[in-house]
Amino acid sequence: MMGRADETWPGSNKDGETPMKDMRSRASLSPVSSAGGSASSTSVSPDSVSPGPVPAGPETPGSESPATAADGGGAGKGADGGPLPVIDFGKFKPTRSSLRARKRKNLIMTALIVLSFLVALIPLVSVLWVSLVNGVERLNLDFLTHNMSGVVGGNPTATGGYGGILHAIIGTLEVTLGAMVISIPIGVMCAVYLVEYSHGGRLARAISLLVDVMSGIPSIVAGLFAFSMFATLVGPGTVNGFSGSVALSLLMIPTVVKTSEDMLAVVPNDLREAAYALGVTQQRTITRIVLRTALPGIVSGTILAIARVIGETAPLLIASGFIATTNPNLFSGRMTTLPVYVYNEYSEGLAVCGPGAASGCLTDIRMQRAWAAALVLILIVLLLNLLGRLISRIFSVQEAK
Amino acid sequence: MADVDQAMKEAAMAKEAGAGRRTPDRDPAGQAQGGTHSGARADRIFRFCARGAGILILLALAAVTLFLILKAFPAFIGDGGQRSKAIESLSGGRASGFWQYVGPLVFGTVLIAGLALLMAFPVAVGIALFISHYAPARLSTALSYVVDLLAAIPSVVYGLWGALVLVPHITGFWGWVARHLGWIPLFAGPAAAPARSVATVALVLAVMILPIITSVTRDIFLQAPRLQQEAALALGATKWEMIRLAVLPFGRSGIISASMLGLGRALGETMAVLMILSPGFSYALRLLRPSTSQTIAANIASQFPEADSTGVALLVATGLVLFIITFLVNYMARRITTKAGA
Repeated sequence: MMGRADETWPGSNKDGETPMKDMRSRASLSPVSSAGGSASSTSVSPDSVSPGPVPAGPETPGSESPATAADGGGAGKGADGGPLPVIDFGKFKPTRSSLRARKRKNLIMTALIVLSFLVALIPLVSVLWVSLVNGVERLNLDFLTHNMSGVVGGNPTATGGYGGILHAIIGTLEVTLGAMVISIPIGVMCAVYLVEYSHGGRLARAISLLVDVMSGIPSIVAGLFAFSMFATLVGPGTVNGFSGSVALSLLMIPTVVKTSEDMLAVVPNDLREAAYALGVTQQRTITRIVLRTALPGIVSGTILAIARVIGETAPLLIASGFIATTNPNLFSGRMTTLPVYVYNEYSEGLAVCGPGAASGCLTDIRMQRAWAAALVLILIVLLLNLLGRLISRIFSVQEAK
Repeated sequence: MADVDQAMKEAAMAKEAGAGRRTPDRDPAGQAQGGTHSGARADRIFRFCARGAGILILLALAAVTLFLILKAFPAFIGDGGQRSKAIESLSGGRASGFWQYVGPLVFGTVLIAGLALLMAFPVAVGIALFISHYAPARLSTALSYVVDLLAAIPSVVYGLWGALVLVPHITGFWGWVARHLGWIPLFAGPAAAPARSVATVALVLAVMILPIITSVTRDIFLQAPRLQQEAALALGATKWEMIRLAVLPFGRSGIISASMLGLGRALGETMAVLMILSPGFSYALRLLRPSTSQTIAANIASQFPEADSTGVALLVATGLVLFIITFLVNYMARRITTKAGA
């Protein structure tokens, strides 16, 4: 789409096809614009309409292209040979009030557009700031090196902390690693097939359509799929970390395929042809030249894909479950991940500090833990994002060429 | 049916294992070996792997559909009495048939996602225009990173933020809206006291889908033909007129497909809804009242842990409905883009 637009536009100047297109688009546009313009001017200041006798006629050329309109009119009259010695060009001159209305409208729209950007910044800043402020409170070494075993209500544990996220960090790393192992080879190879082997065949079109469809799968449906698959193949009620990996890989594959596809497509064709000319087989050309050239882009795209799935909660809630202790085995037993931990702490609500509670009992300890874990999660995601962008920035294909 | 499915799964697993095993071929060492041995064979194997990975994607999607249908089967076929009992326990006695159960959920899902899109759309187009046409060129990449950051924040964090920060802050505002605009049925009061209402959830979802719509529309706006823009400016158009004449018409299909993508994302969003909304079960179009609606995704996540086997089948069936809805929306988005591109 981008290429098409870029190519047709300059070319069209020469072959005279786009003036037509231009006229058409202009013709289709101008009524809209004049209607909008007159409507706005009437609403803003009623006197702006009065100078023009016919609102639609003079206003359109006046606001857009006085020259073309005047030319067209003059030529038409000249061909007729009718007696029209003087054309009142002043008629086409924009009146001061209409100009003011247009300028005002421009100003309003500019303000709205800038405002929309500022509005979008509010939640971003708020989320980051609140998680930072609330998360730092509980984020310490004890929090990072303990799991939730032995934590009762709001009472402090034997080590003086209030439980932690060690098990969740381990779980997140293992589940995400599992998802990477599944989805990166498949995703990259699929992209290789799409770019290098299928030259727009029917299978390739079907695949790229389905990759698009796949990228729209709701994450909870991916979780349900993994749950159903393991329940059917392994046994009912199978919940383990690997099931979560399968769910995440379903969400990750489309991103990997798309970014890899884009990166492979920008590898200059000269490189491939040079390799073929030297008698290098296609497989070696792809692995040693094309993939190597595209590697930084693929790596950065993959990192961004990881950053996306590492924060997924819903599929892991269903497929991997929740547990208070550390479970290092990806393939058996429930496995807590960071996002699920955050959700679980939140959903447990306030802790009860009864009369028999210890002195350091905190009723809102779960919210504090949720914020701290959320902060850790945000930090991981932001770091991954930064890393991905840095890699793509430093080693972009253009520079490698 | 089950046999076919089983066979298919096995084939998929075998392929998957194959793809996983053969990828090391891409390592220089393994490859040099293949190269010295016979380049043609390595070529063939590699081509086979690439094709297999492509086909695996088709199989994966087929497997998703098949397993969901397989697991949801008992919700449609099976003991009727047990089924209606399960539906009654899931819906709190408010429904006994499957469609009766899934209807309000679909309504809630579409309502909340639609509202989110309605709120996000103008802002997203504004941001995209700001980045593509208003911000200084040097700043615009940094600004699009900032918007992408919004997308990077995990949904569970948005849920936490929405429930613990936004809800207490916005309760007063919704109360004010209910008092002064309550004559509009949509905003009829009384507003939910902690604002765990449809309106708040839609607001959070709007923030979450903002970056997707923004990034797609921004890309389209950046491709708008330069010459047309210059021509419009040269003819004396103001900047806004130039955008309306040369940029927006060019990007129309892109904007539509971007909002479809955003809608698809909002339809499937689970955590923010689950953590913020106080669920209800009705067709009420009352955005500010508590406990009016629930979405499919959040319903699955909240009921799944306690559901029995029939209940799980029912929830998977609702998941299937959600899958079909998002599939249609995404397919439409895709159709619009390809039509515009062709």
